Amino acid sequence: MIAAVGRVYEWEVAKLLAQKRTYLGLISAMLVPIVFVVVLVLQTGGPTDVPLGRYIRDTGLAAPFVVLFFMSIWGLPLITALVAGDIVAAESHNDTLKTILTRSRNRGQVFAGKVLAVLTYTFVVVFAMGLVGLAAGTIAWGFHPLTSLSGTKVSAGHGFGLLVASLAVYFLPLAGIAAFGLLLSTVTRNSAASVVGSLMFALLMQLLGVLPGTETIRPYLLGTQFEAWHGFLRTPADWVPVIRALWVCALYISIPVAAAYLVFLRRDVASQ
Amino acid sequence: MNDALPVSARGLFKRYGELVAVDHVDLTVEKGDVFGYLGPNGAGKTTSLRMLLGLIRPTEGSINLFGRDPQVQGARALEGVAGFVEGPTFYPYLSARRNLRLLAAYDDGDSRSRIEELLDLVELRDRGEDKVGGFSHGMRQRLGIAGALLREPKLLLLDEPTTGLDPAGMRDMRDLVRRLAGEGITVLLSSHLLAEVEELCNRVAIIRKGRIVYEGQLHELLATAKSGYSLRSPQPEHARALLLNQAGIREVTSVDGTLRFQAEEEAVAALSIALGQARIGVTALVPETASLEELFLGMTEGEQAAGAEEAVA
Repeated sequence: MIAAVGRVYEWEVAKLLAQKRTYLGLISAMLVPIVFVVVLVLQTGGPTDVPLGRYIRDTGLAAPFVVLFFMSIWGLPLITALVAGDIVAAESHNDTLKTILTRSRNRGQVFAGKVLAVLTYTFVVVFAMGLVGLAAGTIAWGFHPLTSLSGTKVSAGHGFGLLVASLAVYFLPLAGIAAFGLLLSTVTRNSAASVVGSLMFALLMQLLGVLPGTETIRPYLLGTQFEAWHGFLRTPADWVPVIRALWVCALYISIPVAAAYLVFLRRDVASQ
Repeated sequence: MNDALPVSARGLFKRYGELVAVDHVDLTVEKGDVFGYLGPNGAGKTTSLRMLLGLIRPTEGSINLFGRDPQVQGARALEGVAGFVEGPTFYPYLSARRNLRLLAAYDDGDSRSRIEELLDLVELRDRGEDKVGGFSHGMRQRLGIAGALLREPKLLLLDEPTTGLDPAGMRDMRDLVRRLAGEGITVLLSSHLLAEVEELCNRVAIIRKGRIVYEGQLHELLATAKSGYSLRSPQPEHARALLLNQAGIREVTSVDGTLRFQAEEEAVAALSIALGQARIGVTALVPETASLEELFLGMTEGEQAAGAEEAVA
């Protein structure tokens, strides 16, 4: 079973690597922090009203954190949806589901391979953006100690560890958007509708978080989990938002994936 | 492979809302058959094949492929089975060779030598590195055959394999099917090309508006056709008068100067002598057998007009 899913996964990744949209998303994710750093190098002002914004020129370590903040609104959701919304719909568009579903892999194995491929892409996008941001920031401002959100200095090495942990936690809500995109991709069988629908879902989650009267549900909204990494940058570390992000995102990931799985398992594969 | 029938479908029924696409179809394909599944466009052939391959759930009925039910056993039921419905499809952004490698990986095999052998067989080896997106219809059909043969099938399901091919492509595809059948592969071939079925198949089923109207040996079907004789003469009126009075000659009709009648061989021999004695010239006296096409049209009469709106792929 694991070997079978592994082979599907391997070819799902190979298919992603053969498609332009994958590179479009990945290159965009890497280009944004570079442009951001270049603009700040050329200007005197800075994003002082966002977490770590006022320390942006103190160390290259601050740059990826600031970029994470800006990209959570629609940039990364769009880049994620670009692939997640397409991964099943493209099979319908090319009518290739019938090709792979008449081989020796059952539908569950094919679906699992696709889920893993989407999550891999999402993970790579987050880390590519964070690490390119770090590299660009370091070239511009050096690799110096980082001032945490509590105002204390942490060494550059420790700061790098915090960045990796933050990127890992940041991946969780993005995986929730990917799961929603996968569901739309499976149900609508339409790539464009799934990409747009996923982006709308991400924006709705952000919008709900800023509307008055939503305070009680705010900790459980997907958009809020994009800030869970703040917990790592406090001294001492605040694990409450991190732990909450773990279980809240697990729900946002598992529910759409389970629904998509059931649809995928039962759907008639007829011509479009 | 066990001794169970390659295909045994009973009471296959598929409804899409108000539309009944396949209406209680029974199909039996035996080992070694080249089985023709005939029907006009929209009659339910492709829907039946999709159900056989587990791509569509039947509303009712049962399917067994070598004794295994695709609805119950999923991909395991397709062991020893390969083919394509509505034309083979591939990932357009991958090369032919990588598409076959992908399919092999989905089958637990990745024999590169086998892939090269099959690319050779379908004459695509020198296009193996080209992306399938740029392939012609005929090349895709051939690659589809290669993809199916990768599974080393005992049963091959082919949906209109020659549709869209040029005459040379059609001939090559038929030669290939004949060759595969000669190697012992059971073939279930859907087609609306009657000459193709007549040329390749030993057994047929004819489907009309989702229902099977005939299933059996092709030669038995052809034998059911009313055979007769046709006669052409420069003196048709004299010939007709003689025919009407000649012993053993029945059901004489005249259409566009050609006389048609039913008779036993002995009566026809006596007729030829009588025509000569009466000095009535004969330009043609030939036996006529109804073609599969005539039988098919007889069984599916009225389909063309009524079927267009109800077409289900």
